[in-house]
Amino acid sequence: MLRLNDLHVHYGAVHALQGVELEVNQGEIVTLIGSNGAGKSTTLRAISGMLRPSRGTIDFEGKPIAGLAPHVVVGLGIAHSPEGRGVFANLTVEENLQVGAYTRSDKAGIAEDMKKVYGLFPRLEERRRQLAGTLSGGEQQMLAMGRALLARPRLLLLDEPSLGLAPQIVKVIFQIIRDINALGTTILLVEQNAHKALEVANRGYVIEVGKIVLADDAKVLAASDEVRKAYLGG
Amino acid sequence: MEASFQDRSAALRPSMGKAAVSALLPPAVVIGLAALLHFVIGPAIGYFYAKVLTDVGIAVVMAVSLNLVNGYTGQFSIGHAAFMTVGGYAAGSVVYYGHYLIWGSLQQQGGFLGPSTLLYVVALLVGGLAAALAGFVVGLPSLRLRGDYLAIVTLGFGEIVRVLVTRTNDVLFDADEIAAASPVTLLTSVGGSLGFTGLPFLTNLFWVWVAAGAVILFSYRLKRSDQGRALLSIREDEIAAEAMGIPTTRFKVQAFVYAAFFAGIAGGLFAHEVGTTLNPQELGFQKSFEVVIMVVLGGMGSVTGTTIAAAALVILPEALRSFSDYRMIAYALTLILVMLLRPQGLMGLREVWEIPAVRKLLRSGR
Amino acid sequence: MTKFLQTLMDGTAVGSLYALIALGYTMVYGILRFINFAHSDVFMLGAWFSYEVAKIMGWTGQDQSHPVWASAFVIVAVMVACGTLGFVIERGAYRPLRSAPRINVLITAIGVSLFLENSGQLPFLLGTQPQRMPTLMPEHALFAVAGVSVRAVDLLVIGISFALMALLEWIIYGTKLGLAMRAVSYDTKVAALMGIPVDRVISMTFVVGSALAAAAGFLYATKYPGINQPAHPTWVLLGLKAFVAAVVGGIGNLRGAMAGGLMIGLVELFGAAYLSPHLRDVYVFTLLILVLLFRPEGLLGKATIEKV
Repeated sequence: MLRLNDLHVHYGAVHALQGVELEVNQGEIVTLIGSNGAGKSTTLRAISGMLRPSRGTIDFEGKPIAGLAPHVVVGLGIAHSPEGRGVFANLTVEENLQVGAYTRSDKAGIAEDMKKVYGLFPRLEERRRQLAGTLSGGEQQMLAMGRALLARPRLLLLDEPSLGLAPQIVKVIFQIIRDINALGTTILLVEQNAHKALEVANRGYVIEVGKIVLADDAKVLAASDEVRKAYLGG
Repeated sequence: MEASFQDRSAALRPSMGKAAVSALLPPAVVIGLAALLHFVIGPAIGYFYAKVLTDVGIAVVMAVSLNLVNGYTGQFSIGHAAFMTVGGYAAGSVVYYGHYLIWGSLQQQGGFLGPSTLLYVVALLVGGLAAALAGFVVGLPSLRLRGDYLAIVTLGFGEIVRVLVTRTNDVLFDADEIAAASPVTLLTSVGGSLGFTGLPFLTNLFWVWVAAGAVILFSYRLKRSDQGRALLSIREDEIAAEAMGIPTTRFKVQAFVYAAFFAGIAGGLFAHEVGTTLNPQELGFQKSFEVVIMVVLGGMGSVTGTTIAAAALVILPEALRSFSDYRMIAYALTLILVMLLRPQGLMGLREVWEIPAVRKLLRSGR
Repeated sequence: MTKFLQTLMDGTAVGSLYALIALGYTMVYGILRFINFAHSDVFMLGAWFSYEVAKIMGWTGQDQSHPVWASAFVIVAVMVACGTLGFVIERGAYRPLRSAPRINVLITAIGVSLFLENSGQLPFLLGTQPQRMPTLMPEHALFAVAGVSVRAVDLLVIGISFALMALLEWIIYGTKLGLAMRAVSYDTKVAALMGIPVDRVISMTFVVGSALAAAAGFLYATKYPGINQPAHPTWVLLGLKAFVAAVVGGIGNLRGAMAGGLMIGLVELFGAAYLSPHLRDVYVFTLLILVLLFRPEGLLGKATIEKV
């Protein structure tokens, strides 16, 4: 479904991605783990068009998408829930969800998906008229994910959904990631919480200083010594 | 430890004599050049060109001083002419009413460096201080806030000054009446919208270029000082500068006050120039914009660049008088194009001798 | 009492014009965070285009013999013209500087402003002569309340301004475009991730803001038919006061701009009527400095910390 081939990204003089190779198949949850600054978020930003790769290709469902503008990429069926959640604090919960559906014009479909999202996140429905800025961190994360789902993406990019959340909430978030996947959305998940990420994922990639150093089934990675030492705290 | 450090740094320092020479040489050079302009070059080139050179000098004082704010600290003031107005009117009242109160008439006392000139120099400084005070009052509230508020406040301040000046009373010209009047009456009798007429023509090439030299030297030394580097760091990243312990608000206000001081002096020079009338229309925001354009074109932060741009923007319109319809359009387009193609201004932070080509030339000359 | 009511009406009329102009400043500031100095020139051109359009249509003179729909025609025409101009300005001058420091954009805006004023003055364009706006709206007194004669033109100025503000309110809070504008003003990058074509939304912001300024220009020329030459300082001053209105109301806040505009208009005219008629500008800028000192976020704005 998604294929990154020899992907390079530069931030000015910094060579952030140095030939990333990665593949996501239909229906999977794939996770990309690595330490701070390894290039995880950069990879997602390159896919969604926020960054222009300096070399290499990104193919989505067989079409090259590298270098397309973000709003075009969304239209093709890739939604990106960014790091730090990025909810629009000045809009209500419901308006945030409407922004998520910006590229669509099928009113009935949007209403239906809105219901689906409220089904996944009942807390959001309770607060639908509230400004998003007044939500708690966990609720904002739910809103960010729900908003991304309203684009009715075939591929969902999730950047650090557990960042800064209490363990209780983290558990809920990961359960919802499973649910979203079960409803038919393919997911590429970037996480620092490697333990949790490898638990929900089918396959995983490990990225270090802009290069993929390991790629395997999530279970194998979780069991491997290298990963345990580096990312799972022994 | 400390003592030995001091000993060592004392050993590195040049001797007292050398230090005195390096401190006094530049001002001496400035005074020498100004005298040369006044006594030799001025008379040689004739009235018209001498007037252009005087205008250039005043523009240099304005532009180089504004560069302290817009160039060094990256703030954006577009009301510089207001400080010129404040200084001009303050200096004008001191000279005009001072003559009446001391000598009973406007008759000029003495020649070059005579009593009238002395009063004039004092008046210039009074004008500078009045403008500096105004700068402090305006700068303190607006410099605490986000950068672009300064733009709007300075512009608004300029308008307030202009309107207030137009509401002043006619200039008094009866010696007895003046002697009897209170200071407040005198300060509010500066001509209104007709302008402050009757000011003696005490400004000449010498004083203009002494002032221009002073602001250039001051700016250049400031740029090379610790405080100058702190100012430039505010321009690059205010939050980082703050985090490094630089008192950003204080430094911004200081730079603003320095700039207002020199603009006030420029106002005094302008007020006593031959062939100009100090009036509120002359010093509106058009004037402020012109100064901004000089700084932007010359390179924000470059003393020599600003100086050159100021000179060019005074001389070119004189040379292109017949195209005056297109002059402002050309200014405007230049401004837009420079921002699009060379956002740091023509010279950026660099001084003339720091441009690679000039450097090469200087080296090969040695 | 008569004087009070008269001042109240004039203040509301002038204030609603400030509000219309202030909306354009505040919308651009809300999204791009810079003062669009060229906005006052769009307003100026709105007034001038009104005169030119009326002239082309043959509606000159002050005898009120023109068709009833003449005003409607002119206002729509100048809104379209200035909307297009706003689009062109943003495309040509501001978009290339999207990632440049704000100070550069600010300087460019001044450049655009000087360019519009001075090219407008070229003899083959608008010229340097002031002109008189033909009388398109009925000027006679409609009725009198407590000794105040209410002129049709005053009611129309206030009515049209409020109608346009209501329209804008609907666009911003009731349409998809408005939703996109609000999202972009909060976070451009995330808005793009959500599929919002950010550049197009910014263009539309300029179009809408410029059209409102054009309408204000038309209404201004109708209320005060003597149209000054394009580079006359009054235009910049009017624009400046509208910007003050936006700051006083809370920059970036639409309702703040509307309230601020009305407030500035009332302060100016009440000051002129009861204190001194010559110090109108002084009242406005004093109010600005007071607001900046005591409530820098504006009357309706929320305190914001500059983003790092």
